[in-house]
Amino acid sequence: MTTENTLPAHHPGSLLSVNHLSIPDVSEILAATARIEAMPAPERAKLLAGRRVALLFYESSTRTRTSFELAAKSLGATTTLVSDKSSSIEKGESLKDTGITLRALGAEAIILRHNASGAPDLLARMTGLPVLNAGDGMHEHPSQALLDFRTMLTRLGLDAASASETCLKGVTVVITGDIRHSRVARSNAMLLPRLGARVILCGPEPLLPREALSLHPAIEIERDLDRALSQASVAMMLRIQKERLAGLSLDLAAYIEGYQLTEARIAAHAPNVLVMHPGPMIRGLEIQSEVADGPNSAIEEQVRHGLAIRTALLVRALGVNA
Amino acid sequence: MTDLLIRNAHVIDPATSLDAQKDVLVREGRISAIEHPGAFTTLEIKDTIDAAGLALAPGFIDVHVHLREPGQTWKETIATGTRAAAAGGYTTVVAMPNTVPVNDTVESLTWMLAPERNSAINLLAMPAATQGSLGEHLTHYEALAMGGAVGFTDDGKPILDDHVMRAALVTAARMGLPVSQHAEDTRLTGGCSMHAGPVAFRLGLRGMTVEAESNIVERDIALLREIESDEGLRPHLHVQHVSTAKALAAIRQAKQQGLHVTCEAAPHHFTLTDDALEGYNTNAKMNPPLRAETDRLAVIEAILDGTVDCIATDHAPHAAHEKEVEFERAPNGITGIETALGLALRVLHRQHGLPVAHIVALMSNNPAKIIHLKDRGSLKAGNYADIVLFDPAAEWTFAAAQSLSKSKNTPFDQAPMLGRVHATISEGRVVHRHGTAR
Repeated sequence: MTTENTLPAHHPGSLLSVNHLSIPDVSEILAATARIEAMPAPERAKLLAGRRVALLFYESSTRTRTSFELAAKSLGATTTLVSDKSSSIEKGESLKDTGITLRALGAEAIILRHNASGAPDLLARMTGLPVLNAGDGMHEHPSQALLDFRTMLTRLGLDAASASETCLKGVTVVITGDIRHSRVARSNAMLLPRLGARVILCGPEPLLPREALSLHPAIEIERDLDRALSQASVAMMLRIQKERLAGLSLDLAAYIEGYQLTEARIAAHAPNVLVMHPGPMIRGLEIQSEVADGPNSAIEEQVRHGLAIRTALLVRALGVNA
Repeated sequence: MTDLLIRNAHVIDPATSLDAQKDVLVREGRISAIEHPGAFTTLEIKDTIDAAGLALAPGFIDVHVHLREPGQTWKETIATGTRAAAAGGYTTVVAMPNTVPVNDTVESLTWMLAPERNSAINLLAMPAATQGSLGEHLTHYEALAMGGAVGFTDDGKPILDDHVMRAALVTAARMGLPVSQHAEDTRLTGGCSMHAGPVAFRLGLRGMTVEAESNIVERDIALLREIESDEGLRPHLHVQHVSTAKALAAIRQAKQQGLHVTCEAAPHHFTLTDDALEGYNTNAKMNPPLRAETDRLAVIEAILDGTVDCIATDHAPHAAHEKEVEFERAPNGITGIETALGLALRVLHRQHGLPVAHIVALMSNNPAKIIHLKDRGSLKAGNYADIVLFDPAAEWTFAAAQSLSKSKNTPFDQAPMLGRVHATISEGRVVHRHGTAR
């Protein structure tokens, strides 16, 4: 026997990991996204009218925070932002006590970004509230994987309002870069193969250890970006997370030479590839500026899908039918 | 009048190769005699225990527990920790020095061992090997040995510096005592909170490699060899809570070469793997961490082939609020003093066929030898009457809420156990019986 007792289950409206979503769950989120998107703004604003959503951010964020906040507001919810820089967290209050305080103040759902992997699990267990994981340490960013999935469906001309085990059949997604430290890579690598995609992870060994194969039985590793690109329908690039490189030495010039997504590489190996990046981007490092702004890029579209997907996640969290 | 007669017990005493139905007579806190059932009928006896159906063994000895006193009494005290130990069948425990302040002086050692601490059983201690457990300057070994130290350790931390470790081994060897090493190269484990492997990768946590443990073990063994040849001394290295196949292979080889190395294994390392951390279960967070299945099986193999000398719990209580934090911030350690027998019998005996007598040896006779206890760890006449009575076939479920420890941080809450302690007798006194302390 290798495991013993189990931890209590979280609220069904929580989204802590993509692994907690069934394919029908994913399909329902996509369908709800499409329904909400099609609603006139006044009707949409009634969905969560009077409901209270707290955004608890222990890490700085632009797109995820704004996206969740605008999504909640567009649904009529009252939002409050609590950050570690301007709250009792700075005085040493624990995550558990912060969560309980927010609950006592009437928060009905908490959106949490935290630099510690697993923090959303803890908050969900301690408060019993629906918790939406907006990125936890090096662990997961499940709403990002959902918005990436929707972006792929729309850009590849597939049905954007439903999901199945084969909806990405024939699509090869190459995820390149600092996979060791990337929560976006983990969520995508665990979700996309379940939807039929072939996922190839690409990067040098220090940033892509062989343990990454454990994310899904179908995951592949390819160290050569050119070889990976020649098979790619989607090239998802990741930022080098310098802040998390403790103990690792990385030759940036060699990295740029081997793994930067350039116009020349695309022209040579994958002229039609869909270019994606979860941001923030470091132009000139993992991606050439011309590529980020070029015709293959879906980077801005990803952000737009993020807002849409998060409306559906909020509605789901608060148990409202949309 | 005789103090106590225990009748009809299945007596298991590996030290005297006794494994038979017997009556045991206790007089003035010592084992007086062991004879065939009914042999003592003519005596006038004050107290009798009918132990039919129960195994009777030397009280268990744990060379590695944390009792948190002084300084962290909200987690545990010597009184509560030793009551919990008695519930687990233990009659002697060795307290580690990472208290607040660190137990690194004769004064603190004397304070810890004083009767005022209300230990329920025989309490011993290993004071710090270096001042403040900082790994720089040795503590006063001679004075500490005179004060009752049974070894020296910076447990919780390794002695990293080669010269300091060499000096510790040499100095302790002159006292005839072991240096007990927490084998972790902390230069390789900064920011790590679990075993390095696929589970850590999936959870997004930094992992400790097996080399972080084996490198220190290999270094220490090299020091033993060097000291034996250079100084003509025979130092004793005791490796704590070994968790990796690689470190066990190094220990096995060192033993074959005749070096004085002993080691302990913890029940959690032969029962669980890093899978237990799924869901960020801080009650399964410990150091050394739960490892891969190959390492778990290597620990079991090393127990079966005698490489592992004893079972030690590393009982490490922490309050609930301390574990209810982000995984990486949670303190290492689990309680374990009440579940050791139940897990050893379930995993080692039932699943891997280790005879009950061998488990008794791992929990009583062998640890007594490691810390040189002459009159404990076996049922020889004249020894202290340290006795555990247990039902080796009893199947039960452990409930953390009913633990006698102040803390309940265990991954074994509601876990099945095999073998239940019915009574614990320390120096002739019944200190625990049927779930209640006495």
